[in-house]
Amino acid sequence: MGMQFNEIQMTEFKRLVARYPEGKQKSALLPALHLAQESFDGWLSVETMDYIASLLNIEPIEVYEVASFYSMYNLKPVGKFVFEVCQTGPCMISGSDNIIDYIKQTLDIKPGETTKDGVFTLKLVECLGACGYAPMMQVGKIYKEHLTKEKVDAIIAEYRQLAASKN
Amino acid sequence: MGVKLLLDKANVPGIRTYDVYRREGGYSAVEKALKEMNPETIVEEVKKSGLRGRGGAGFPAGMKWSFIAKPEGVPRHLVCNADESEPGTFKDRYLMEFLPHLLLEGLIIASFALGSNDTYIYIRGEYAWIPDILEEAINEAKANGWLGKNILGTGFDCNIHVQRGAGAYICGEETALIESLEGRRGNPRIKPPFPAIQGLWMRPTVVNNVETLAAVVPIIHMGGDEYAKIGVGKSTGTKLISACGNINKPGVYEIDMTVSVEDFIYSDEYCGGIKGGKQLKACIPGGSSVPILPANLLLKTAKGETRYMNYESLSDGGFATGSMMGSGGFIVLDEDQCIVKNTLTLARFYRHESCGQCSPCREGTGWMEKILMKIEQGKGEMSDIDLLWDIQRKIEGNTICPLGDAASWPVAAAIRHFRDEFEWHVKNPELSQTSNFGLQHYADPIHIPA
Repeated sequence: MGMQFNEIQMTEFKRLVARYPEGKQKSALLPALHLAQESFDGWLSVETMDYIASLLNIEPIEVYEVASFYSMYNLKPVGKFVFEVCQTGPCMISGSDNIIDYIKQTLDIKPGETTKDGVFTLKLVECLGACGYAPMMQVGKIYKEHLTKEKVDAIIAEYRQLAASKN
Repeated sequence: MGVKLLLDKANVPGIRTYDVYRREGGYSAVEKALKEMNPETIVEEVKKSGLRGRGGAGFPAGMKWSFIAKPEGVPRHLVCNADESEPGTFKDRYLMEFLPHLLLEGLIIASFALGSNDTYIYIRGEYAWIPDILEEAINEAKANGWLGKNILGTGFDCNIHVQRGAGAYICGEETALIESLEGRRGNPRIKPPFPAIQGLWMRPTVVNNVETLAAVVPIIHMGGDEYAKIGVGKSTGTKLISACGNINKPGVYEIDMTVSVEDFIYSDEYCGGIKGGKQLKACIPGGSSVPILPANLLLKTAKGETRYMNYESLSDGGFATGSMMGSGGFIVLDEDQCIVKNTLTLARFYRHESCGQCSPCREGTGWMEKILMKIEQGKGEMSDIDLLWDIQRKIEGNTICPLGDAASWPVAAAIRHFRDEFEWHVKNPELSQTSNFGLQHYADPIHIPA
């Protein structure tokens, strides 16, 4: 058994479960998977999902089927920072194609890939509800909006620095 | 300037905090509702207000509330639908981010009216920073006696919990949302039973959109009759419109539903005209699911009358020549936009978001995307256009939930109004890769106001 929540994470997990009535602890599954993904390198391994199943006292398959349904859960390892760039209608008509091409070119990766240094993953996503501030992408919890090539350069530099300071 | 009921205080510095919100008169609607009214009279006022669900379907909110079953000893729940995922829509995000206490105030009143002691806000997972804002507001409200046990000495207990989704458009559909809230895949349920009878954990449940719940606050303040006087016909009160695309001033606007579409697009109070002085080509006025309209049918109805930003006027002419108010996601396309490409991105969206439960939607959305891709890449045949039409027709109305319809309508409307552009792509496989069809749809120049 590899990964387990530390004390702080476990306190948060218990807070999540406490929102629901007695016997309805399965309702905490989505938030618990978010917590697990944040706690364990940004993705959900089978081991992690089994661990969550044991904590919620449900079958592992109940976790797998949920984790594979929702687009925010990563079932494969990802870079330290994931650029999730919106490509749906409103962003497309505001120039997201150019932004996506520019990121691909600058990071030298295709959507779904991670840079060799393990810092960035590029993911194309569908509408994130920032249509008025397009083009845009999500990085972790944050939205980066009104993207231009210059802004993309600055964002890449910002996260490169953050990655370096974490090492 | 039109009437503002929701965003009138949005620019007050610090309005996000309890102290400022309270100083500006916040929570007085809760005081009025809990002290001077009872659940029945609150439902009555909301019915009288004519408030229609602001998530997209436009169902009368008061009527929805009155359907809730009240079996003895079974808890009931109010769930706030904050899963805002319809492309073009970002109004609920604005409300939650900048006026969290307004939403809480509406939630407390609605919870009291429906008898919900545990109320849930289900928010789309990508709005990852907003739960922190909401939870802070909830803590402030609780510390000041607006939530928790025995609120204002009425004996009413209420707690509000925030749950994040994890990336699934389908969870905006109320039964899929409930499934998700129970920790499962977002597969919509077959209705009946409706959530009002068996919803969350099989208990009576009402699911309302964020904006709908916020609108309860002014309704309590002014009374249902006064609220109903704002607007026109069955489009009562105010509506938030999130405007985006090729306009000068994208953003969230509160309108009183008497403004014309033309004024909304061109006046400086709202969208400020088309970006770069270009011409208007088309618009999807109510979120990506609703029919796209060419500029001429957008600004005037088929009868030649001015079209207004309200439920009735936007749908004037049915799907043949009209559209829908939907969620208020107003997407404007200028002369340089390609209708085939735009329709392709929307078809891809619906293929991605189909939950896979019903075959017509699961298979059909994928077929539509592939055929549109083929046409867009200059590899299409004329028969593909008819095939697209045929597929969308076979999805619509043949699925458990409205996602099938939502996927069909954009494709149908694009072919209905812009068939010549699809044909142009087929006939000009090479030219269409480097050039675009522009405004060739219009025999006459499009009317542009001075």
